[in-house]
Amino acid sequence: MANMSLKRNEMPCQDPVVRSTNFDEVTLGYTADMAIDEAKRCLNCKNMPCVSGCPVKVHIPEFIAKVAEGKFEEAYQIISISSSLPAVCGRVCPQEKQCESKCVRGLKGESVGIGRLERFVADYHNANAKKWPDEIPNNGHKVAIIGSGPAGLTCASDLAKRGYDVTIFEALHLAGGVLVYGIPEFRLPKSIVQMEIDGLKALGVKIETNVVVGRTISIDELFDEEGFEAVFIGTGAGLPKFMGIEGENLKGVYSANEFLTRINLMKAYRSDSATPIQRAKRVAVVGGGNVAMDAARCAKRLGAEVYIVYRRGLEELPARHEEVEHAQEEGIIFKTLTNPVSIIGYHNPDDKRDPMNGTVRAMRCVEMELGEPDASGRRRPVEKPNSEFELELDCVIMALGTSPNPLIKDTTDNLETQKWGGIVADENGATSREGVFAGGDAVTGAATVILAMGAGKTAANAIDEYIQNKK
Amino acid sequence: MYEILKREELNETVIRLVINAPRVAKKAQAGQFIILRTDENGERIPLTVADYDAEKGTVTIIFQVVGATTEKLKHMKEGDSLHDFVGPLGRATHTDGLKKVAVVGGGVGCAIAYPVAKKLHGLGCEVHSIIGFRTKDLVILEDEFKGVSDKLVLMSDDGSAGQKGLVTDALRALIESGEKYDEVITIGPLPMMKFVCLLTKEYGIKTVASMNPIMIDGTGMCGGCRLSVGGKTVFACVDGPEFDGHEIDFDEAIERSSMYRGFERHAHESACNLFKKEVE
Repeated sequence: MANMSLKRNEMPCQDPVVRSTNFDEVTLGYTADMAIDEAKRCLNCKNMPCVSGCPVKVHIPEFIAKVAEGKFEEAYQIISISSSLPAVCGRVCPQEKQCESKCVRGLKGESVGIGRLERFVADYHNANAKKWPDEIPNNGHKVAIIGSGPAGLTCASDLAKRGYDVTIFEALHLAGGVLVYGIPEFRLPKSIVQMEIDGLKALGVKIETNVVVGRTISIDELFDEEGFEAVFIGTGAGLPKFMGIEGENLKGVYSANEFLTRINLMKAYRSDSATPIQRAKRVAVVGGGNVAMDAARCAKRLGAEVYIVYRRGLEELPARHEEVEHAQEEGIIFKTLTNPVSIIGYHNPDDKRDPMNGTVRAMRCVEMELGEPDASGRRRPVEKPNSEFELELDCVIMALGTSPNPLIKDTTDNLETQKWGGIVADENGATSREGVFAGGDAVTGAATVILAMGAGKTAANAIDEYIQNKK
Repeated sequence: MYEILKREELNETVIRLVINAPRVAKKAQAGQFIILRTDENGERIPLTVADYDAEKGTVTIIFQVVGATTEKLKHMKEGDSLHDFVGPLGRATHTDGLKKVAVVGGGVGCAIAYPVAKKLHGLGCEVHSIIGFRTKDLVILEDEFKGVSDKLVLMSDDGSAGQKGLVTDALRALIESGEKYDEVITIGPLPMMKFVCLLTKEYGIKTVASMNPIMIDGTGMCGGCRLSVGGKTVFACVDGPEFDGHEIDFDEAIERSSMYRGFERHAHESACNLFKKEVE
């Protein structure tokens, strides 16, 4: 019997007041009863509109039907046909723009909580049924994966399952890419990422950390000296953008990448961390995406009063709805339709050695209003005349997006790239260099975990085909 | 893990370590740097490559004990291993077409100036090295510099070693005496490099300064190492670490370098106390 409630089952959460002082996971996940009840809201539509909204085409109605029957492990097996990282995607996918946006139940009421169900199923599997796969006989073909983010992990996993001898090269000291340096613990516990990586190792995948391809070794050397037959570039989009306004090099101005890396990768939020972070009193995060929400909520947890400064309106925020809601509940102040003009520093005219010299004191902003729609279809923000004001702050975090790192492009001959730095790859991930494939943010520019994962899967198929045909 | 094969104290706060890191050794060049972590929970610190041996697979680093991590590093012994050691990072020193160069090093910066002087010497360039220290006990690498310099001037603030005075005094004297340099390369404390650059600007001599700002990843990801050079923001880790000294905003770099001074002092004191307790 279908559950015809217009509202979806709420997911239990940590209380906002409590959670805004800790880094533990905010959402606690459905119980089995909640999951079954929610799964019964699915109408099992014949034409499966939800699947058309999923970048990797997870068989959504099928897995939900299994959840409704209480067959959670079977549900997991259905998801894992299409997705390698369901515990991650269930937490970080923008479902309201993907699968859930197409759900028929959403026409009148709330859509089925597909993301919450995916997360439940993955967590159930990890807690109850997870067993390391048996090592698969090695087929003797070596493939190098550059970068251990969602694209690289997925590509490595799919190739290892087919018997390839896979090595992942990671520039940082820890594998996981943006899943470990970018997304905070309270949104994606690092133990979940570690479990995926342990699973890969159990499949026989080798992970070499501390290798910066383009510096420590080049792509040509991977082929010529190390005997790899194919290379997958999944290096993401790691270069931070700044606004180019006055005062951006003051002490107390961070890129979101730096702020989040200090907190997530280097654990600077812990009192025993060897890595410092500014314990600011008043912080402005400039930007409106998921990264901006993550940075703002981290700053809040470090004890600051936090503003989100975004040049468009609340409706236009590109972040996941759930993150905006959570940020609001936690007391983050949204200054939308506001744009920074310059950052003002403190300078003591009487003491050149004052340690506060060159630190952020305030940010000069201007109010915006929405004009005509621009190329992206969103209404273009324009400055309101004579609306400048100063926001007193001691820290500014720039979360304006990122672009691909030029290190590999600059050190690899004949690797075609876009003007903005993205690697040119066809629909299978093949680049202009034979045997070199690419996918994820390195190709598309900053996007989502699920798209990167999808690109890793596609490239794994193409690499398999390439090597089999070469023989 | 990266084993410490050799450890040597150059003076009471400056230590030389030879590290087993074959991948880094194979690619390292003068002017580049590495990032290391001593242990699983350590911070990432950048140190410039002081020497390298591709055949033996070793990289030499020289560091001064200034904070908690270098304090920990000081207490590591031969046979111990560093948890992480990544590189070589940054761009190598540009040496093309140089015939006569003054290399100006200050304090522990001489550890970085040395491989540059060595490389230039090896390329047949005439190298004049000016190395400065506060006092005699802090002098490092004097013999090494002798071996790769056509002229070596040793300076100390108190006159206890070489001549009394600043490296800028020596550089000015050489220029005034008629030496014509294609380029001056300077590596040392920020105020020293600032004044070397001000001096060479007077004479219109191209000058390169090697910057060592605060950084985390060393691959262009965090932007913590940004500097203003010629009015533009650059990242020392990928665009540098060497830049045109006449274009660098040294005052901003000096301010930025003090970002975590309070934290660092506290962390260093805690680390010292920890090691003292162990001894007791």
